[in-house]
Amino acid sequence: MSAPLLSVDHLSKSYGGVKAVQDVSFTLERGELLALIGPNGAGKSTCFNMLNGQVRPDFGRIRIEGRETTGLDPRRVWALGVGRTFQITATFGSMSVRENVQVGLLARHGALARMTGFAGRTLAAEADDLLALVGMRDAAERPSGELAYGDLKRLELAVALTNEPSLLLMDEPTAGMAPADRVELMRLAAEIARARRIGILFTEHDMDVVFEHADRIMVLDRGRIIAEGTPATVRRDPKVRAVYLGEGHLFGSEAAA
Amino acid sequence: MDFLVVQFLTGLAGASSLFLVASGLSIIFGVTRIVNFAHGAFYMLGAYIAYTLTERWSGALGFWGGLIAAALAVAAIGALVEIVLLRRIYRAPELFQLLATFGVTLMVQDLSVLIWGPEDLVGRRAPGFRHSVDILGQSVPSYDLLLIALGPLVLGGLWLLFHKTRFGVLVRAATQDRDMVAALGVNQRWLFTGVFALGVFLAALGGALQLPRDAVSHTMDLRIIVEVFVVVVIGGLGSVGGAYLAALLVSELNAFGILVMPTISLVLVFLVMAVVLVVRPHGLFGKPEGPPRAAIGGLIRPWRPLSGAERLGMAALFAAAALLPLVAGSYVLSVGTEILIFALFAASLQLLMSAGGIASFGHAAYFGLGAYGAALGAKSLALPFPAALACGIALGTLGAAIFGWFCVRLSGVYFAMLTLAFAQIAWSVAFQWTSVTGGDNGLLGIWPPAWASSPAVFYWITLALAAAGVAAIRAIVFSPFGYALRAVRDSALRAEAIGIGRRGVQWTAFVIAGGFAALAGALFAFLKGSVFPDNLGIPLSVDGLVMVLLGGVETVSGAVVGALVYRALSVVLMSQTDYSKLVLGLFIVVLVVAFPRGIVGSLQALLPRLRRARASSIGAAALRPAE
Amino acid sequence: MRTGSVWLAALAASVALGAAAPAALAQQGEIKIGEINSYSGLPAFTEPYRKGWQLAVEEINKAGGVLGKKLVVISKDDGGRPADAVTAANELVSRDKVDMLAGAFFSHIGLALADFAKQKQMFYLAGEPLTDAIVWSAGNKYTFRLRPSNYMQAAMLAEEAAKLPAKRWATIAPNYEYGQSAVAVFKQLLSAKRPDIEWVGEQWPPQGKIDAGPVVQAVAAMKPDAILNVTFGPDLVKLVREGNSRGLFKDRAVVSFLTGEPEYIDPLKDETPEGWIVTGYPWDSVKTPEHDAFLKAYQAKFNDYPRLGSVVGYALIQSAVAIINKAGSTDTEKLIAAARGLEFDTPFGKSMFRAIDHQATLGAFVGKTAVKDGRGVMVDAVYRDGAKYLPSDEEVKKMRPQS
Repeated sequence: MSAPLLSVDHLSKSYGGVKAVQDVSFTLERGELLALIGPNGAGKSTCFNMLNGQVRPDFGRIRIEGRETTGLDPRRVWALGVGRTFQITATFGSMSVRENVQVGLLARHGALARMTGFAGRTLAAEADDLLALVGMRDAAERPSGELAYGDLKRLELAVALTNEPSLLLMDEPTAGMAPADRVELMRLAAEIARARRIGILFTEHDMDVVFEHADRIMVLDRGRIIAEGTPATVRRDPKVRAVYLGEGHLFGSEAAA
Repeated sequence: MDFLVVQFLTGLAGASSLFLVASGLSIIFGVTRIVNFAHGAFYMLGAYIAYTLTERWSGALGFWGGLIAAALAVAAIGALVEIVLLRRIYRAPELFQLLATFGVTLMVQDLSVLIWGPEDLVGRRAPGFRHSVDILGQSVPSYDLLLIALGPLVLGGLWLLFHKTRFGVLVRAATQDRDMVAALGVNQRWLFTGVFALGVFLAALGGALQLPRDAVSHTMDLRIIVEVFVVVVIGGLGSVGGAYLAALLVSELNAFGILVMPTISLVLVFLVMAVVLVVRPHGLFGKPEGPPRAAIGGLIRPWRPLSGAERLGMAALFAAAALLPLVAGSYVLSVGTEILIFALFAASLQLLMSAGGIASFGHAAYFGLGAYGAALGAKSLALPFPAALACGIALGTLGAAIFGWFCVRLSGVYFAMLTLAFAQIAWSVAFQWTSVTGGDNGLLGIWPPAWASSPAVFYWITLALAAAGVAAIRAIVFSPFGYALRAVRDSALRAEAIGIGRRGVQWTAFVIAGGFAALAGALFAFLKGSVFPDNLGIPLSVDGLVMVLLGGVETVSGAVVGALVYRALSVVLMSQTDYSKLVLGLFIVVLVVAFPRGIVGSLQALLPRLRRARASSIGAAALRPAE
Repeated sequence: MRTGSVWLAALAASVALGAAAPAALAQQGEIKIGEINSYSGLPAFTEPYRKGWQLAVEEINKAGGVLGKKLVVISKDDGGRPADAVTAANELVSRDKVDMLAGAFFSHIGLALADFAKQKQMFYLAGEPLTDAIVWSAGNKYTFRLRPSNYMQAAMLAEEAAKLPAKRWATIAPNYEYGQSAVAVFKQLLSAKRPDIEWVGEQWPPQGKIDAGPVVQAVAAMKPDAILNVTFGPDLVKLVREGNSRGLFKDRAVVSFLTGEPEYIDPLKDETPEGWIVTGYPWDSVKTPEHDAFLKAYQAKFNDYPRLGSVVGYALIQSAVAIINKAGSTDTEKLIAAARGLEFDTPFGKSMFRAIDHQATLGAFVGKTAVKDGRGVMVDAVYRDGAKYLPSDEEVKKMRPQS
């Protein structure tokens, strides 16, 4: 039996005495969708930023398919097959939709140091395939700077897929989208994950999305994991109910974005 | 020992003078995020108006009242400038404000000559502070003691203002979150005006207080502005306490430095700044800046390489340019050659600014290093002309590689200031290292060999090299590397997440841009026959920025057009008027406010609209509205 | 009809008569001097200079011009930048077709123009630049210089300094080529005359950016008997003020370059330090017929008193005209041949361009500073003929490239 896709042991991080993440451990397998939920300030983003190398943990280990990645910078982590989308979309606003994907593909092929040839013509077919996968093929020529927010999220997903990742980190993938689009985007992501055997770790405020698509759910509160399990288990967990009731949110109702 | 104490006190007095001006700059930046180049001009106006008032009003009251009245008058002028000019460009990138205020500086220089005449003016000594006090057996001017006290007093006063008044609390809130203050229903516009006027008041007061120590002259502004910038950057932009500490550091290091090494003054402040910024990228007390405002204004539709027809057009333009020697005389050809050289220089800067999104304020350093490299190659190594050019490129590239390695560690205004610091260090070396560079007297007799010396042949050589250079820069912009560079500019976060390292990419671009600038500089040396330190100077760096802006910072190579228009304009102005600074300053201000897209950018914005009017294609080329 | 033709005849006659008049004859063709200076960068110095040459041009044309032609000066601004000076020179030579180049204030601009003149084989008459290089190490066949050079000023001052009892000397000079070479020459000449002198320290503030307090304090700590000052302009004002308040100049001799020139001493007003030994130009106490005539004409035309720049500008045109008259043509080679060893008039009396290095022997006044009626003046000023303050021919030959 090989090592799990992602295994996290005793991860901790504090900022000026405030413990943002404490002793978090979990694993994630290929093809699995794991949701990380919790109220605002629970430490979800810090956790994410440690996983892709933006933030260095104080303590704990992160391994991807058995390889230690703790303390590696985002570029190295990416090279190991980790794709990432951001809570507030980060795309290349001055480029067309296709060019955004092409940059990702060029990076994957290690071709970005080349100073000759027109980048806009290289790997165009591959880029279009990825765009087709996220349903953006028709928008390939459009300036990404003028896309609607939902389309930007799709584009980001396509860019995150350029390095054929085994692990996808999605920070609030549906934030800011209309409810119908949310479900559709998450369904798309789940399909891709299962088809390509990608493990997805995502955070999400929209509990409809979480409970519909996640295989497993972890609940983070004040930096600690307070519950973990299938959607059905977590839904019944009294601690989770307390946290969310205390916050004034109810399961099934819509969380504020 | 006694001597050292007194030297320390003297340094303290210098620190206070510097701090007054620096604190104003820091406050203005902290709240409005404007890098106010005109701060030196307000300092100078303070001194001039104080001179006029104190010459008219007699007695102690007349003197001190004159100083305060002058500072208030200049503050009013500052408020006017803010309302008329700066309000229109708050949302624009820092570069635009810096250039607009630079334009104001140029205008004030010529205006003050027109109003107060060209001669240096020596104002009154302060009543009651004419003499000196004996401290440890040494004479210390009593006015110095007054200044020493004034620094901490102003620092304390500002602290009280910011912590104990409603205005101050709002200002501090605005420093942290401008939009929030707007949401609180505070009239942000007047808050900004108030802060700007306060900063200008401090600058003018600083200038007025120099009346008993200094001569009032129309070069005061540039003498102080660079040093004040450095102090504010060392202290951390927006930090008043940091500014005081930095002023203290710079003044004391200078006071004691000259005892050990009397020639250190010129480079000292820049060395201190370089060291501080390398160790602490945001200055002593500075906080990381928020996300920088887009280096580019309202973004455009994605850049496209030239179409087949457009390439033909360019080839035709090139052919037309190549035919110029058949119709033009040697003066026009020499001006044409100069324009081509500046087109290459501006295009190299544009690679950094437009594709890289980083504005270098010291790009002249690489131009100048190229010029010196070529000159030294030709003179000292007796290299033939092509090898001397290569020698220039090598020196400029090397310089860019070394300086760039430090600069790309920073971003935004700090990046700009560090590039400026390195350029000033290079300038100081050229200025003072007389045995190698000839110092101020420069290197002479750098003429091309006989086969290349006729204006027409040299023009053709320059045309070929400049066109090849601009074409190469364009090719780089559209190459995979160019995409990586733009990726880092658009979103460093996303770029890192797909494996593109910001520093490496920006450093490579910095070196490439430096290399092309060096080629321009090397050609310039052979065009003029001589090389001088001003080939590395701040004015040339600013010229480069203006050319890029004039051409259109959102374009790939609009700078070529910018260089053409700007250079031709300055040659004509120099030739026709003694008040070229007034005209040029006005030109820059109008440009920034009315045509922020520049010439090529405006044309490009216009063309798609015309095209769409003809054929209603899909809205693919729609412009995103400018912010 | 008849009356009309009478009028026509009268008109034709008057035109014919006019053409015959000498003044109109002078209009037949022009002799053009291309002049370049830092008018926008340094107006305090170049304005009086411009007035000086304008006065000379006016007088010369009134007297019939040069070689029967009208003298025209086409003047350009260089903005204080050598590169722009070369552009301007190019314009003057290729477009305006001037017969000779003249001008420049800054040394480096003078050098750039001298080098340009050599390349383009144009006659260049440098007015104000002080650097020794322009006639010596970077000297060339095409370049002549009018004003007494750095070396000459240093030699005049060193002569006076040698008479002082002072043994311990300190120097303050702006840190660039002018300051460096001024200090070097002064030291060399004074040490040659007075081997007993000890140089106790140097201060090199940056040009235009002196931090005067610490500099004064540092010099005071060297405890010199005498001080050499080379700073000028706003730097000098700051130095004098700090020095006065800190007592640096009390009981110390000070020798100072150029401080007696009205351009530098006037701004100091009643704060002018007393008793400094300086070179300069005491315009109101020069009593020679040549100078009287110049002074009267200048004051009448401009309602202002002349500065040293006015004298240089005036003498620049005087000497240029003398050269062209002697050459009898504007051919560059003939101009050079004519200029070598040519004697010409200036407001300071007769002067000459040395054949060996093309330096004019125009001198300067050496005297002491004083305050009179609330303004700075030079007293006990004596005119020193520049010819006596130049190195021997052998030394010059060693320094000047022989071509």
